[in-house]
Amino acid sequence: MADVVLQGIEKKFGSVLAISNLNLEIKDGAFVILLGPTGAGKTTTLRLIAGLERPDSGDIKINGHSVVKNTPAQRNVAMVFQQYSLYPHMSVQDNLAFPLRSPTLNFSEAEIKSKVNEIAEVLQIKDKLNNRATALSGGEMQRVSIGRALVRNPSIYLMDEPLSSLDAKLRADLRLELKRIHAQVGSTLLYVTHDQTEAMTMATQVGVLDKGQLVQFGTPREIYEKPSSLYVASRLGLPRINSLPADLFSGAPRGAIKMGLRPEHILQGKGKLASVIRIEHLGDQTRLHLSLEGFNIVTLTDSETKLAVGDKIKIQPNNALYFDANGNRIE
Amino acid sequence: MSKSSISEPTRGFKWIAAILVAFYSLVTIMPLLWIVATGFKSSADSIAYPPKITFQPSLEGYVNLFTTQTRQTKEFMAANPPKNWYEEIVHSKGMVIAGPSRFGERFLNSTIIGFGSTFLSVLLGTMAAYAFSRFRVPLKDDLLFFILSTRMMPPIAVAIPIFLMFRAVGLSDTHAGMILLYTAVNLSLSVWLLKGFIDEIPREYEEAALIDGYTRFQAFYKVVLPQAATGIASTAIFCLIFAWNEYAFAVLLTSGTAQTAPPFIPTIIGVAGQDWPAMAAGATIFLLPVMVFTILLRRHLLRGITFGAVRK
Ligand SMILES: Nc1ncnc2c1ncn2[C@@H]1O[C@H](COP(=O)(O)OP(=O)(O)OP(=O)(O)O)[C@@H](O)[C@H]1O
Ligand SMILES: [Mg+2]
Repeated sequence: MADVVLQGIEKKFGSVLAISNLNLEIKDGAFVILLGPTGAGKTTTLRLIAGLERPDSGDIKINGHSVVKNTPAQRNVAMVFQQYSLYPHMSVQDNLAFPLRSPTLNFSEAEIKSKVNEIAEVLQIKDKLNNRATALSGGEMQRVSIGRALVRNPSIYLMDEPLSSLDAKLRADLRLELKRIHAQVGSTLLYVTHDQTEAMTMATQVGVLDKGQLVQFGTPREIYEKPSSLYVASRLGLPRINSLPADLFSGAPRGAIKMGLRPEHILQGKGKLASVIRIEHLGDQTRLHLSLEGFNIVTLTDSETKLAVGDKIKIQPNNALYFDANGNRIE
Repeated sequence: MSKSSISEPTRGFKWIAAILVAFYSLVTIMPLLWIVATGFKSSADSIAYPPKITFQPSLEGYVNLFTTQTRQTKEFMAANPPKNWYEEIVHSKGMVIAGPSRFGERFLNSTIIGFGSTFLSVLLGTMAAYAFSRFRVPLKDDLLFFILSTRMMPPIAVAIPIFLMFRAVGLSDTHAGMILLYTAVNLSLSVWLLKGFIDEIPREYEEAALIDGYTRFQAFYKVVLPQAATGIASTAIFCLIFAWNEYAFAVLLTSGTAQTAPPFIPTIIGVAGQDWPAMAAGATIFLLPVMVFTILLRRHLLRGITFGAVRK
């Protein structure tokens, strides 16, 4: 259990600037989620903290001590790799026991066995313990690799899209399980995901990365309700926020160029006339694709809707977000 | 397999392939069978013309290979009847066994030098290959090319300088000298072969081990080595085959203490001219270790390489 501080981190791969001037403070016991499109530097951030990469400049502190010169083993972190890499020549059991058998720890075989069994239970892979690591499905491999991180008590857990290849039910189960472990053990977690539900339900804070820079850091609600820019606003929310010209509707503040309109922030029944171009029934929500003066807008409606393609409805923004020419939000 | 399978060759094609393979194996294995057979022939049968396919098997060749013999007077022979089966064989030719031959020693030399240099080539090769594969080594490409370039000329081209060097530093006709030489010749092969294998092992495995609390060397030992087993096994076989069969340097640099079997076998002279059965017996025994070694490691060669646990 520890707090982690990144100060002015910069990391280049050849001429590619993967991370630039990254400052991040992860409090002891925090569950921080990193969001960002592909190539934003999320994995690189985790690898820097783990000690698999050296920063070109800046400092990384764990529990107040600079660790940039330490080996991964000395930093005592656990990591779930994006490309989960089980040791192919070992059984699932041995894969899970491998971190516990490390020379830095000193567990008896009986303790190792009970810890491995406990984790296997949690991850629902108990019946696969004797399989070879290669004789598993993708989702099972992913769970073993989560298990390999969870068997230990590191100063911080780093998880790179750990639930990405699981089915919806297992994902929901493990989401709860991770939350429970986090709450129970009070561990510090840094977690990468593209999944909105994971970000909104698990995180104590969300950090949004753009091209190697941290553009906003705050609670999930802050990120969702008060995004600092249109870029951040479009990281969260499904369907995505509608990005429209600010003057499409009246009421834009001075200097606003763009308006961000979340699907649930569109009132139906008054305002401007838009025509329905598509209706998607997703089960839990029904999406309405509209066209207004040549702009596509997505909003939600109830599943019993009588609307059909070609119908016209009136819409009006409610709680729109406004952004200036640089994409920054105007209060 | 169903008829619709597109990857499965047709039955007729399989037959043709099988016949071709059988024919080729026959052609390549004939000389070998001939040598093994000759080892069990009597001297007369071994040079009979036309060559004999069927013959009365005899262990004369093997007895000649392992013993030195002298001719004795009739009285001596009568006074000392043979005490066991191999004395009997020698006796029937009118000779007695004077003592063991040098073959055992030479065979032991071959074993020490062959396996010793194989072990060193593979050990050094694995570590060098790992370093070249994983670390930023200054002048990496040039070094690798330099290592490869030692293979570009026939080793025998440097035989004279090596002969002079070995004589100057006292390595001539020593086990250490031969092990050193064969290791040096084999290293380029082993570094390059093993680098190829280690390059194929994803770094994520070691990175995972580093994070799991292991040092770089422990990660290498526990994670990389087991997965490089296939490469190590095949490299070891290639190195052993070279060191085991090497003839030119062995003739030039060894004469007694460290002489290996290949230069020794042709020097086996029988009572009247070349003793073909003894030479064939020597060659047969000489073949065995490499064969056994290869068969023992075959499991590793054939085992599928298990790269399946990293999501690509
Ligand atoms: N070993 C490397 N060598 C060269 N460039 C690299 C290396 N690792 C990462 N990069 C570059 O650094 C940038 C950030 O990569 P990173 O893997 O951190 O992205 P990411 O946010 O994890 O993306 P994704 O969501 O696709 O996993 C990318 O432009 C990538 O091409
Ligand atoms: Mg990544």
